[in-house]
Amino acid sequence: MSWQLPKPERFRGLCAELDARPGTRGEGLKQLAGYDLDSNGLHRLARSVTAALDADAAAPLARLTLGLVSNATTDLLIPPLIGAAARYGIALSVIAAPFGVTAQAAFDPASPVLAANPDVVLMALDYSALFGGDALEGDPEARVAAALADIADTAGAFGAAGRATIIVQTVAAPPERIFGSLDRRQSGTPAWLAARFNEGLCSEVVRPGIALLDVEGLAAAIGYGRWFDRAQWMTARLPFAQDLVPLYADHVGRLLGAIRGNSRKVLVLDLDNTLWGGVIGDDGVNGIRLGQGDPVGEAFLDLQRAALTLKRRGILLALCSKNTDAIARAAIREHPDMLLREDDFAAIQINWNDKASNIEAIAEQLSLGLDSFVFLDDNPVERDQVRSALPQVRVPELPRDPTDYARILLTGGFFESVAFSQEDRDRAEQYAANARRQTLLSRTRDMGEFLKSLEMSAIFVGEGDTGWQRFTQLVNKSNQFNLTTRRYTEAEILALAADASVLTLQVRLADRFGDNGLISAVICRPAGNAWEIDTWVMSCRVLNRQVEIAVLNEIVRRARAAGIIRLRGIYRPTERNKMVEAHYERLGFSPIETTDSEASFGLDVTDYEARTVPIAIDTKRPEPA
Amino acid sequence: MRMDQNTLMGKLTEIFRDVFDDDDITLRGDMTAKDVEGWDSVAHIRLMLSIEQKFGFRFEVEEISELRNVGELAAAISKRAE
Repeated sequence: MSWQLPKPERFRGLCAELDARPGTRGEGLKQLAGYDLDSNGLHRLARSVTAALDADAAAPLARLTLGLVSNATTDLLIPPLIGAAARYGIALSVIAAPFGVTAQAAFDPASPVLAANPDVVLMALDYSALFGGDALEGDPEARVAAALADIADTAGAFGAAGRATIIVQTVAAPPERIFGSLDRRQSGTPAWLAARFNEGLCSEVVRPGIALLDVEGLAAAIGYGRWFDRAQWMTARLPFAQDLVPLYADHVGRLLGAIRGNSRKVLVLDLDNTLWGGVIGDDGVNGIRLGQGDPVGEAFLDLQRAALTLKRRGILLALCSKNTDAIARAAIREHPDMLLREDDFAAIQINWNDKASNIEAIAEQLSLGLDSFVFLDDNPVERDQVRSALPQVRVPELPRDPTDYARILLTGGFFESVAFSQEDRDRAEQYAANARRQTLLSRTRDMGEFLKSLEMSAIFVGEGDTGWQRFTQLVNKSNQFNLTTRRYTEAEILALAADASVLTLQVRLADRFGDNGLISAVICRPAGNAWEIDTWVMSCRVLNRQVEIAVLNEIVRRARAAGIIRLRGIYRPTERNKMVEAHYERLGFSPIETTDSEASFGLDVTDYEARTVPIAIDTKRPEPA
Repeated sequence: MRMDQNTLMGKLTEIFRDVFDDDDITLRGDMTAKDVEGWDSVAHIRLMLSIEQKFGFRFEVEEISELRNVGELAAAISKRAE
């Protein structure tokens, strides 16, 4: 994992120093996880994570309990998983099922895995667990169907027993061939069984609440010959070569981060020697290296194409370069081989300020937290400056040779995601529309006039089975406009949505510049004849638009319909959510009680008079996806 | 060329310290799992794999369970480095 900083000589010393430090140690753990750690390093880091968890000092890492079901020696797997998860903002604890008791772990409520009520269950079963050593035996179709049914039943049982998201794995077939190339299409061979199984896993087993870990893809990228190690399997029941455990653990960590909603969504790019070869200020538009016919120019073209692909999947691109703005922009506009043009970037900072300040400016402009940023720069000094000033930003190491830039960007796991929604596809356009709204606001003098001119309309969705993925993302990703900062897995959200006594409200907002999509999420839980507002989050893209008033109007309307007479709102302060400290009072709630950890507020539903807002309420339900 | 015994023991000491997270480990030829805290069957696998990685060779399957003291380990490594 060359995109990580090399492990320092005194890594264990750094861990020990962190263990002894008073106060929360989550930031330190995440920083230590940022190194390219071998198994021993990950084992050491895991001890520090576990110690921090035991001392309740792992914040701001999110606690997550992982149930592990595996046909391998889990003792050699668990510490690396814990170490790698810290890289993705998670303080992991792992409960492993005893060797080889998959079904019991899922179906017996007293099993250690179920008793731990895990947030996520990883079913780390490989080819040998599913198909054993026998090829060309029995009915091949039936063997695949049985293996799939087994996985689906077990995953279903884990899901039904608790709130867990389940991770299932594709399998790699051992590289030994029976016929040769014929194996690929001859039913009953390992290659055929694995391919059929993987296909079925994707199409029949994976669904909301069940995520996929593509182990087969990882093994293929490494090479099966290196992935499978018979000696290690025979001596220690290691399902793949032990020196690859850190890479496997990193892939699990990425997925856990994505399930928790910790995915990053902004790629900030440098220009000189990152998007093109050479220095535009010195070399000029005709002197920089970019384009076909020159291996160096092709390497930069490759990176631009990779960035453009990420943009298509909803990752926002931004520029941060030390240059004279006019010169750099002219090159972006005029160079015939540029794939990325000005309007591909949601934000552009080209000036002589330090990069950390510029990245902060971009974060402010986009109303996004720095923890959703990745920064790509060829210059080690700039990378170092950003890493130390803004530790929340992920800054991959880059080699001197640009040939691998694109591959590092697309294999480093910086933008791992468990789903690809329409919202993701539309995001780039939404941010562009936001820029147009800001221009309109600066031209309109009066805020009220401005809001009216936006021609907003809101849609409230409280049932149906669409949008819950984005709902979960929003709940887990929102830090600023978030009253309680409670995090939920998608499986938990689906359970709440299905519970008729709980209000789960999706709020969508459109205006004349476009559809903002799902921008606010509310969960109310019943408490006698009152509703307690368990969760209220909103995207900062729609701040100051009076959306929260429209949402309260809707909550009250639904509360009345449900015979509820009182609302109880809670504010739990964090380092990030001061913005909504006075949220409930602004909405007309009266304070009930304030302690160090939370403040509560009440509102009488019967007296409430709906306030007029410049937002039309669209009552039609969106079409199910 | 035969690896210098001191160099070998130095590298091996580093590996032991890394695997068992203990900077005070000083190796002796007759040391066994009983003498090193945490040297259980799982750590033994990690130890053997770390040696393989550091010295760039593979143990034979039989050796992995049979090599149980530091002197034998050093001899097995030394044999490869000849």
